[in-house]
Amino acid sequence: MPFAFDLPAIFAFIIAFAIFAYVVMDGFDLGIGILFPAIPAGHERDSAMNSIAPVWDGNETWLVLGGGGLLAAFPLAYGMILSALYAPIIAMLLALVFRGVAFEFRWRDPGHRAFWDIAFNVGSTVATLAQGITLGALLQGIVIRERGYAGGWFDWLTPFSLLVGVSLVCGYALLGATWLIMKSEGALQERCYRLGFRLGIAVILAMAAVSAWTPFLRDAYWLRWFAWPQVLFTAQVPLLVVIASAVFFISLRRQHHYTPFLMALGLFVLGLAGLGISLYPYVVPPAVSIWDAAAPNVSLKFMLPGVLVMVPIILAYTGYSYWVFRGKTGHEGYH
Amino acid sequence: MFEAFDAVLLARLQFAFTVSFHFIFPSFSIGLASYLAVLEGLWLWTGRQIYLDLFKYWLKIFALAFGMGVVSGIVMAYQFGTNWAAFSDKAGPVIGPLMAYEVLTAFFLEAGFLGVMLFGMNRVGRTLHYVATLAVAIGTFISAFWILSANSWMQTPAGFAVNAGGQFVPVDWLAVIFNPSFPYRLVHTVFGAYLTTALVVGAVGAWHLLRTKSSEGGANDGARVMFSMAMGMITVVAPLQILAGDQQGLNTLEHQPVKVMAMEGHFESYNSGAPLILFGWPDQATGVTRYAVEIPKASSLILKHSLDAPLQGLDSVDRKEWPPVAIVFWAFRVMVGMGTLMLALAAFSLLARVTRRLYDWPLLHRFALVMGPAGFVAVIAGWVTTEVGRQPYTVHGLLRTVDSASRLDAPAVAASLLAFIVVYFIVFGAGVIYILRLMSQPPHRGEMGPAHGQPMRAAGITPSPAVAESLAAGGKEA
Repeated sequence: MPFAFDLPAIFAFIIAFAIFAYVVMDGFDLGIGILFPAIPAGHERDSAMNSIAPVWDGNETWLVLGGGGLLAAFPLAYGMILSALYAPIIAMLLALVFRGVAFEFRWRDPGHRAFWDIAFNVGSTVATLAQGITLGALLQGIVIRERGYAGGWFDWLTPFSLLVGVSLVCGYALLGATWLIMKSEGALQERCYRLGFRLGIAVILAMAAVSAWTPFLRDAYWLRWFAWPQVLFTAQVPLLVVIASAVFFISLRRQHHYTPFLMALGLFVLGLAGLGISLYPYVVPPAVSIWDAAAPNVSLKFMLPGVLVMVPIILAYTGYSYWVFRGKTGHEGYH
Repeated sequence: MFEAFDAVLLARLQFAFTVSFHFIFPSFSIGLASYLAVLEGLWLWTGRQIYLDLFKYWLKIFALAFGMGVVSGIVMAYQFGTNWAAFSDKAGPVIGPLMAYEVLTAFFLEAGFLGVMLFGMNRVGRTLHYVATLAVAIGTFISAFWILSANSWMQTPAGFAVNAGGQFVPVDWLAVIFNPSFPYRLVHTVFGAYLTTALVVGAVGAWHLLRTKSSEGGANDGARVMFSMAMGMITVVAPLQILAGDQQGLNTLEHQPVKVMAMEGHFESYNSGAPLILFGWPDQATGVTRYAVEIPKASSLILKHSLDAPLQGLDSVDRKEWPPVAIVFWAFRVMVGMGTLMLALAAFSLLARVTRRLYDWPLLHRFALVMGPAGFVAVIAGWVTTEVGRQPYTVHGLLRTVDSASRLDAPAVAASLLAFIVVYFIVFGAGVIYILRLMSQPPHRGEMGPAHGQPMRAAGITPSPAVAESLAAGGKEA
C-alpha cells in the first residue's frame, strides 16, 4: 500500500499559506491606501504609490489563488462561506475594483487625481474592513443545512466581526506604514515612524481584544487554547507576540529601516497561527471539517504537483520582481 | 418557488454582466500582449526607433486595460461561490483544479512580470525586459488555455463520474482538459482576441492617418506602421477565423445539437433539406420563427455539407430543454455579421495594399475606424451565443442552472447586481475614456512609457539616442 498522505490537511496548509502570502503582500499595499489621508498629496503620496505600483497586481493574485484554491480543494466550503458572507464579499470585490484602477487612473487624469485618491483610500479601507468582517464572521460560525448556507443575509454583522474588521484595518495600516519606512526617506519616512508608533499600539490592543474574545465564541475554541497539555504549545503564541511587539517598538525608536516591517509581519504570522489553532480542523465552523469539505482525492492529487512545482517558481520570480524595484523609491517614478 | 426563480434569474444577470464586462479586457489584452511582444522584438532585431515608440505607446494602453482586467477578474473568481454555491460544490472538483492551474501558471506569470514590463526597462536592460514582455504575452495564452478548458468542460463534459454527494469527480484528467469542444473553442476565441486587438490598432492607425494626411518628415510614420500591421493581421486571421467558426459550429452540432437549433431558429424538424433562416423573430411561446427570411436548404448545406440532409428542430426535444431561442438566434447573427464585415475589411485592405494605396485611401481608413469596436461586439455576441445556448444547464445535460445557484434572497442579489452595474459603469467608463484619450494622441518620436509621477512632457523632448544609451547602460549593469 502506498504511503497515504492526508491530502485535505496538506491542502488546508496550502490554502493557509496562500492566505498568509496574500495578507503579507497585499496587506502593505492596502495599508498604504488606508493611510492615504495621513499622507499629504504631492510628492509624498506619489512616492508611496510608486513603491507599490510595480507589485500590487502580483500581490492581489494571491487573493485569486486563495479563492480559486478554495474552490478547487474545498468546493463545499467555498460555496458555503462565500454565499453566507455575501454582502462583505461583494463589498470587498467592488472596493478592490475601485482601488485597483486608481493605480493607473490617478496618473492618467491629473484633473481628477483627488477623486481617484479618495477611491484608492476608501476602496482599500472597505476591502480590508470586509476581509476582517469575513474572518470574524467565519470564526463565529456559519449556519448550514444540506450542503448549503441556511442563515440570514445579515448574520455576519456582529460586534465581534466588526472588531475583527477594525483590527485588520489597523493591522494593514501598520504593514503599510512600516513598508514605507523601508521604502522611503525624508519627510515621508519621518511621518511613517510616527504613524507606526500609534498603529503599533492600536494593533496590539486589537490583537489582545480579539484573542480575549475568541475563546468565548465557542467552547471548542476554549478547549483548543486552554486544554492541558496543549496549552503549553498555544501559550507560545501570546508570548511571541509580546517579544515581537517589544522588538518592534525598540526598532522604531532606534529608527531601523527594515526591522519594524519584519516585526509587523511577525505579528501577522502569529495572528494567523492563532487563527489556525482556533479553527483547525474546521474550515466552516462549527460543523464542517476540512475532510468533509475537501474535493475528492483525485482532484487534490492532480493539483498537488502543480502547487509544489509552481509555488516555488512563483515565489522566485516574485522575489526577482521585488529585487528589481528594491531600494528607496522617489516620487519621479521608475521610468 | 417563484421567488427562487427570481433570485436565480438575477444571479444569472449578474454573472452575465460581470463576465461580459470582464471579458472585454482579456479579449483585448491577449492580442495586445502579443502585439507588444512583436513590436519589442522588431525593435530589438532592427534597432528602429519607431518600433520602440509604438511599443511604449501601446504599453500605456495595455497598462490600463490590464489593470481593469485584473480587478474585474478577481470578481469572477469569487462569483462562483457567492452566487453559485451549489454549482461550486458539485462541479468544483473538476473545474476548480483547472482554475487553480490557471492562477498558478498564468496569473502569477502575468502579474509577476507586468511590473518589470511597465516600469523596469531602465532597471533590467533590454534582454531581461524582453523576457518579461514575453512572459506576460505567454501568460495571457496559458490563461486562455485553462479558462477555456474549464468553460468547454461545462459545455461538453467528459472524463468524470458522479459520486454519492452529487459531485462530479474527475476520472481522466486528459479527457477533462481536452474535452470535445475545447480545441475548437480555444482556436476560435484566441483568433477572436487577435482580431479584436488588430481592429483596435487598425482603427487608431486609421484615425491618425485621417488626421495627419501629410507624411512629410515622418509625421505619420507611427500611424502607418500600426495600420499596416493591423490590416495585415486582419487579412490573415479573418478568413481563418471564419473557418474556425465553421468547425466549432460543426462540433457544437455534434455535441450540443439543441444549441445549434436555437442558433438557426429551427423550431421544426426538416426531413429533406433545412432552410437557412437569415432573419426572423423566434417566438419561444408559440414555437415559430416569425417573419423568417430563408434560403431553402442552405442550413443543411452548411451544417451537413449536403443539400437534402435531414435536420432536427427544437420540436424533437422537450420544451424544458430549450434555451432562450431569440437571444441565441440574434447573438449568433450579430457575431456572424461582424465577422462578415471583418472579412470585407480584410479584402478592402488587401486591395489597397496591392494597389499601393494603403496609406492614402480615406474610405478604407473610415471603414477601419468604424470597425474599431467590432471585435468586442463579435466576441461578446459569440460568448452570449455559446453561454445562453447552453441553458437551461450550467453543466450541459447534467446540472440545471436552477439547481446551481446559492440559496440567496432576491433582494440581496438585486442589490449587489445594482452595485456592480453602478460601479462598473463609473470605473470602467472612466477607464475607457482614459484609453480613448491616449489613443487620440498620435505616437511620438521618443514616446514615454507608462512613467509615473513626472509632468506630462511634450513629445520629442527626450532625444532617442539618450534613451538607447540609458537602455544599453542598463543592459550592461544587469
